[in-house]
Amino acid sequence: MAATRDGYGQALLELAENKKVVVLEADLGKSTKSLHFRKAYPERTISCGIGEQNMLLVAAGMASSGYIPFASTFAIFTERAFEQMRNGVARPGLAVHLCGSHGGTHTGTDGSSAQSIEDLAIFRTLPNVTVMHPSDEVSTRILTKRLATSTNASYMRTARNKTPVLYDDTPEDSIQIGKGIELKNGTDVAIVACGVLVSESLKAAEMLAQEGIQATVIDMHTIKPLDTDLIDNVAQRCGCIVTAEDHSIIGGLGGAVAEHLSMTATTPLERVGVKDRFGESGQSDEMLELMELSAPHIAKAARRAMQRK
Amino acid sequence: MQHTIEELEELARKCRIEIVKMVYRAQAGHPGGSLSEIDLLAGLYGTTMRVRSDEPDWEDRDRFILSKGHASPGMYALLAERGFISHEDLTSYRVLGGVCQGHVDMKWCPGVDFSAGSLGMGLSYGMGCAIAAKLDGSERRAFVMLGDGEIQEGSVWEAAMAAAHHELGNLKVILDRNRIQNDDFCETQMRMFDIPAKWRAFGWNVKEINGHDMNEVVEGMNYLAETNDGPSILIAHTVKGKGVSFMEDNPSFHGAAPNDEQYALALSELGVAV
Ligand SMILES: Cc1ncc(C[n+]2csc(CCOP(=O)(O)OP(=O)(O)O)c2C)c(N)n1
Repeated sequence: MAATRDGYGQALLELAENKKVVVLEADLGKSTKSLHFRKAYPERTISCGIGEQNMLLVAAGMASSGYIPFASTFAIFTERAFEQMRNGVARPGLAVHLCGSHGGTHTGTDGSSAQSIEDLAIFRTLPNVTVMHPSDEVSTRILTKRLATSTNASYMRTARNKTPVLYDDTPEDSIQIGKGIELKNGTDVAIVACGVLVSESLKAAEMLAQEGIQATVIDMHTIKPLDTDLIDNVAQRCGCIVTAEDHSIIGGLGGAVAEHLSMTATTPLERVGVKDRFGESGQSDEMLELMELSAPHIAKAARRAMQRK
Repeated sequence: MQHTIEELEELARKCRIEIVKMVYRAQAGHPGGSLSEIDLLAGLYGTTMRVRSDEPDWEDRDRFILSKGHASPGMYALLAERGFISHEDLTSYRVLGGVCQGHVDMKWCPGVDFSAGSLGMGLSYGMGCAIAAKLDGSERRAFVMLGDGEIQEGSVWEAAMAAAHHELGNLKVILDRNRIQNDDFCETQMRMFDIPAKWRAFGWNVKEINGHDMNEVVEGMNYLAETNDGPSILIAHTVKGKGVSFMEDNPSFHGAAPNDEQYALALSELGVAV
């Protein structure tokens, strides 16, 4: 078990030999894990105080001057700087990399004010912005490192709490921005998940297997650009799809897959996500249960999807 | 209901005990900023706030907005001591379904006037309450508690400028100047230079006090109550974690819970026999 935010912090350290890489903080470095970079490279770390809007545009100015800025705060507070991201980063096409940690209801007892469940949706609406929500510490580290050579801006959500490590023995080459990863290959139903719900989806697949249902499980760590080839492929092979995310059912991974399928196929789709409501204080596992996001709920959605074939 | 200084100090001490208990039970939460603000909360509610615990939604009540909403244990302890919620409710801090959500939430807890947790929002909200009171011809006032790290948010200064422009004498701020924010001391994270001068330059009435000297706290509350020619701010110099030796002036206890040993020490320092 490990937290994806630690993968982010580790990646920043590994990127540091590139002198153009700079880190921006808004008084949450201890939490987002940029603090390791700050300790090692204070001269390349810019403290913006508790001022997320300022931070985003300072990053934009630095990007325009040839730097590779990595800015982070809690996922929820990146939303405060949404318009800065739109007009000051995405519109001019500057490669600013924004990381929102503590995303989703999984973040726990801080409660609804801290549980961002709309970040993936809003940033996905912006042209020139890559949107990711990796599932484990290893893939977070690899994908963060890949961002340094990307010409697009990005938004990456990481999680506060620990989740299973899935890619310990996986060759780095198989983890690429924009390419979903097939973790399990079945023909009855395809579960397309991101972030903390990928491991829940693997558990759901095991439950389904006991009933003789063979599920495909995809880690769709990149929500934009969406790996539509893979979606088309599993839609054909399995004939029905379930999306799973610790995010509103409106506009996130489920929304992206629905938009794509609406143009290409009549594949039945069930979306597991937060059902247009706010969270509350609770432990991570309690929240996944309350929000109906845990493995049994994903399995249930899979059965529903299969019935609609 | 007027209280002696000793009674207010005792109120604050009891609240401190509850703060430590809440954070210990939850093994999460924000003790530092709760302990720094609590003398101010005790002084405000003990001398100035016009509220009714048996009618928390009374229309003409003064509003209190804990803009630094993470310091919720302080607020919950005070609300329990003043009868808005029960002491039993305090055990629901950060527990699923609990009245005492991680950050103060007006939909969950009686006596809470604003759902906070995102810094830099409370002053604007308080300004709205103050304008509404004026439009209603009501005597009610809006009190807003800000953190010193919090005032780094640009939105605070939008509200500060606007409140002075609209001459909102019924808008009153208490600034918990405990010199520490999340990651570290404010001085390291973002220097703020002359804070009183900044508020004066924005058109505010300003008074500074020692936020742990109850005589000065009461004087400060009187100042806020009597200053009605435009918005006013009480800058309270405080110590983060005040009252628990190992939490005092220690950035590590912004958002961390004490372990068993520390818990016992904290309670004994607060005069609880263990
Ligand atoms: C907009 C926003 N950004 C970041 C945070 C995360 N955060 C919670 S508390 C805190 C530090 C607050 O410091 P201060 O206002 O001085 O409060 P106190 O020291 O009184 O606890 C931060 C950065 C937040 N809650 N809201």
